[in-house]
Amino acid sequence: MKLTRRATLLMAMGTAAAAVLPFRASAAAEDAIATFTGGATVGAGGLTLTAPEIAENGNTVPISVDAPGAVSIAIFAVGNPTPDVAIFNFGALSGSQSASTRIRLAGTQDVVAVAKMADGSFVKASQEVKVTIGGCGG
Amino acid sequence: MKKALLKSAICAAALGGFAHAAAADESASLVINGELEIVTEAPAPAHLDGALRTVYSGWVFRSDETQVMQMDDFDNPGMIFVESGMADWNTAEGTEGKSCADCHGDAEESMREVRAVYPKWNDEAEEVRTLQMQINACRTEQMGAEALKTDAGSMLNMEAYISSVGRGTIVNVAVDGPAQAAWEQGRDLYYTRTGQLDLSCANCHEQNYGNMIRADHLSQGQINGFPTYRLKNAKLNGVQGRFKGCVRDTMAETYSPGSPEFVALELYVASRGNGLSVEGPSVRN
Amino acid sequence: MAENVTPRVRVPRSAAAGETITIKTLISHPMESGQRKDSDGNPIPRSIINRFTCEFNGETVIDVQLEPAISTNPYFEFESLVPEAGTFVFTWYDDDGSVYTESKDIAIA
Repeated sequence: MKLTRRATLLMAMGTAAAAVLPFRASAAAEDAIATFTGGATVGAGGLTLTAPEIAENGNTVPISVDAPGAVSIAIFAVGNPTPDVAIFNFGALSGSQSASTRIRLAGTQDVVAVAKMADGSFVKASQEVKVTIGGCGG
Repeated sequence: MKKALLKSAICAAALGGFAHAAAADESASLVINGELEIVTEAPAPAHLDGALRTVYSGWVFRSDETQVMQMDDFDNPGMIFVESGMADWNTAEGTEGKSCADCHGDAEESMREVRAVYPKWNDEAEEVRTLQMQINACRTEQMGAEALKTDAGSMLNMEAYISSVGRGTIVNVAVDGPAQAAWEQGRDLYYTRTGQLDLSCANCHEQNYGNMIRADHLSQGQINGFPTYRLKNAKLNGVQGRFKGCVRDTMAETYSPGSPEFVALELYVASRGNGLSVEGPSVRN
Repeated sequence: MAENVTPRVRVPRSAAAGETITIKTLISHPMESGQRKDSDGNPIPRSIINRFTCEFNGETVIDVQLEPAISTNPYFEFESLVPEAGTFVFTWYDDDGSVYTESKDIAIA
């Protein structure tokens, strides 16, 4: 195969585009998460995120979060045009620091939960949810 | 049953592990609100003449998460629309100033056995009527009210309400007698290939149920759960609107909801579910 | 402006003092994301429920910030402590300024 200057240039552009696209998606998510944490270091453990491995439709995906001792839990869909999903703030009378809801996912992606604990520290959990598309578009 | 399970498991495995996890637990049983038992699997009615051995509700083909949403009326968003239908049931409308309740009283009693036998032949009108057609006949002839649009908002709410009070009763649509001609027309439509994809209803829902069509788990296309709340569009969907979607997806010109062809098809498809429970409003993907 | 917005809540009628109970809420609302276009290609403006709160006798149980990624007909399930008999107040805040409330009493069994 003979590489012309134009072909080389096109290949380089293709590589750049491939590298940039997922990065852009996660940059918006990084920003959204940093807004919630104030840029603090985020650990792991003590937070359970429950989401289906495969969602039959991205329009209504049931998820649950549970972080004993948390003051708030934020949920992000890192592949959505806008990654923010919800923030649960637990009050004095919360019976547990857990909640369930139904969310929209634009496609297969990681769902991320970040909990702010009572001592001001942050922990994170994430899970990939594969979003399927219908049989013949119906 | 064993064979169907096996078939879907093999197919899912063949299409990759991803497909396997999408397949629901077909042995799960549907109990609504912890007390209302729903028949989701039954011996196929005799008129199917061996085309199917067992009929399955669409519920068994759905993922665990979707199945669970139908097991509690609070979790089932279709019940929002049932509540609207219930309010309409008690609202007087039209020149006669009557509500549904004025003639039919408490729907939980008077409508209990209704959903299961529709569509059915109406002697006076000498036609097969879907439940929606009967609702409109009541509105225009008894209430002096305007007909509601087929398969749209208020009509689906009312149909969902009447279905909801019949949940658990067994579908038993008459296929013979005066309904036979329409039933045969519906059967012919069911087996007629349409569109550029050249597919009949039977190609997917009789010959390939349990298999994956792309990432979707094909059901038998039973309509005992209609109207159904679809996660896809987050609202109630009517039977004939769904027919239209299916036919359109074969890339064909479709009949319209309310057309004689779709009325005949609804009668026929409903009869294929004889033996299953009324389930509407169900939750589907 | 969203139409036919109806809140629904499920709270047990009674509980033991100090018991933790499960609450479910659902409100009919389109949650128009602002990402969609109408048939003429014009963007449909965002119109969502942006906040939901649950209080018991004036104390906060949960306070949720909602974004357009919450599904149509927002659903929540969470747990509350019930220190004494009293009233739960649920409030949904709409982008259009509307506020929807629902309340439920609970007795001590």
